[in-house]
Amino acid sequence: MATTAQPQTGAKSAASLSNEEILRYSRHLIMPEVGMEGQLKLKNAKVLLIGTGGLGAPLGLYLAAAGVGRLGLVDFDVVDFTNLQRQVTFGTSDVGKPKSEAARARLANLNPDIQIQSFETQLTSANALELFKDFDVIVDGTDNFPTRYLVNDACVLLGKPNVYGSIFRFEGQATVFGMPGGPCYRCLYPEPPPPGLVPSCAEGGVLGVLPGIVGSIQAMETIKLILGRGENLVGRLLLFDALGMKFRELKLRKNLNCPVCGTHPTITKLIDYYEFCGVRGEEAPGLSVQVPEITPRELKARLDHGDDLFILDVREPHEYQICNLNGHLLPLGELTRRVHELDSSREIVAHCRSGKRSAEAVDFLRKAGFRKILNLKGGILAWSDEVDPSVPKY
Amino acid sequence: MPVRVMIPSPLRPYAGKRDSAEFNARTVGEALGHLTTEFADLRKHLFTEDGKLRSFVNVYVNDEDIRYLAKENTPTKDGDTISIIPSIAGGGN
Repeated sequence: MATTAQPQTGAKSAASLSNEEILRYSRHLIMPEVGMEGQLKLKNAKVLLIGTGGLGAPLGLYLAAAGVGRLGLVDFDVVDFTNLQRQVTFGTSDVGKPKSEAARARLANLNPDIQIQSFETQLTSANALELFKDFDVIVDGTDNFPTRYLVNDACVLLGKPNVYGSIFRFEGQATVFGMPGGPCYRCLYPEPPPPGLVPSCAEGGVLGVLPGIVGSIQAMETIKLILGRGENLVGRLLLFDALGMKFRELKLRKNLNCPVCGTHPTITKLIDYYEFCGVRGEEAPGLSVQVPEITPRELKARLDHGDDLFILDVREPHEYQICNLNGHLLPLGELTRRVHELDSSREIVAHCRSGKRSAEAVDFLRKAGFRKILNLKGGILAWSDEVDPSVPKY
Repeated sequence: MPVRVMIPSPLRPYAGKRDSAEFNARTVGEALGHLTTEFADLRKHLFTEDGKLRSFVNVYVNDEDIRYLAKENTPTKDGDTISIIPSIAGGGN
């Protein structure tokens, strides 16, 4: 059954389109499924995008182009060069600018007839309810677990639809949470994985087109919710495998024991989501293990001194091809099986890209009896910053 | 005819880079047992130290969540597909 997202504020509704708008939206207006009535619904709709990055790019572009009358853009991040491979809202000249403002400028150029508000702020338990309350639909295009649980809980508490999408490498998921009678994110996943167990896009990579596809699905679901047309994804988790080019769907059920949307909720207000997700500090998960370290400068000095150090590179072979420190390549995922290749009597320095995977490797090897093993602090990224800038960062 | 276990990409590095594996199994628990015997590195990603399925990993038989069936005792029949669906959070920055 089609469900409509009702406008939730008392602002005056637009009752007509200008001649310029009629021309702009002509391909919508000539379809009976949208028509004048649907286009006016879009014009009176208020959609808040959480994140203006990979998923936020197609979301912002398509929702602005479609004539969603008010768009809010929440992002505290700044555009960097690694974003441009997939975050197609931004151009090279935007590098260094705040994302929310760069996206606002781009979307305002695309459609000057709509209102666009940028919120250059991190979404937190302190501001989420206030930010969400003026919008009809919330779209989750974030990149981390604490914010996803925060978006979910705030949507459940306010009774707002949460159009969900997430991606990893070649795979994506999309659904609609928070509709009356439908499941929420916590019904699907009551708890997040511990930090470090599931790699982020920064660690695992993502094919640039993938967020374009998943974000476009979210944009389509958002528009369907506004129009009250079609079958939306409530109660269905859409899985997309780009390598196999396959779509599948799984049934999602509302969990009556859900801590936030169940019959006896234990979460009745927003909580500390970093604590809930076991993450301390800002958005980047900290190291899950503490291990002995060596800094890039200390390592350089010891190598220059001629010390006998065995450099263990726990990255993947394709990363080794980008740049390396002439280390012995043994990917973290194969360490358990190939540990016999290592000589525990030698002093070993393990490294990866950022120091996180190699910390896991050092932790594992220490438990396996290796005593003379150190983690290169900050990995190849820090080596490039502190010792040899000719080594590319990726 | 065996059941097929689909391995999601975040877990493939721990499963010899395979995207699926087939086992003869009468229940979901049996199939996952075979899977983590063949790929020992997968075990800690799927199960807690006391052998419980981790709460951020969902398992489906065909399109049904086993939490709403008989959990790991959910029976499987030849030709069934078992999907492991871990939570992923990527998308923004």
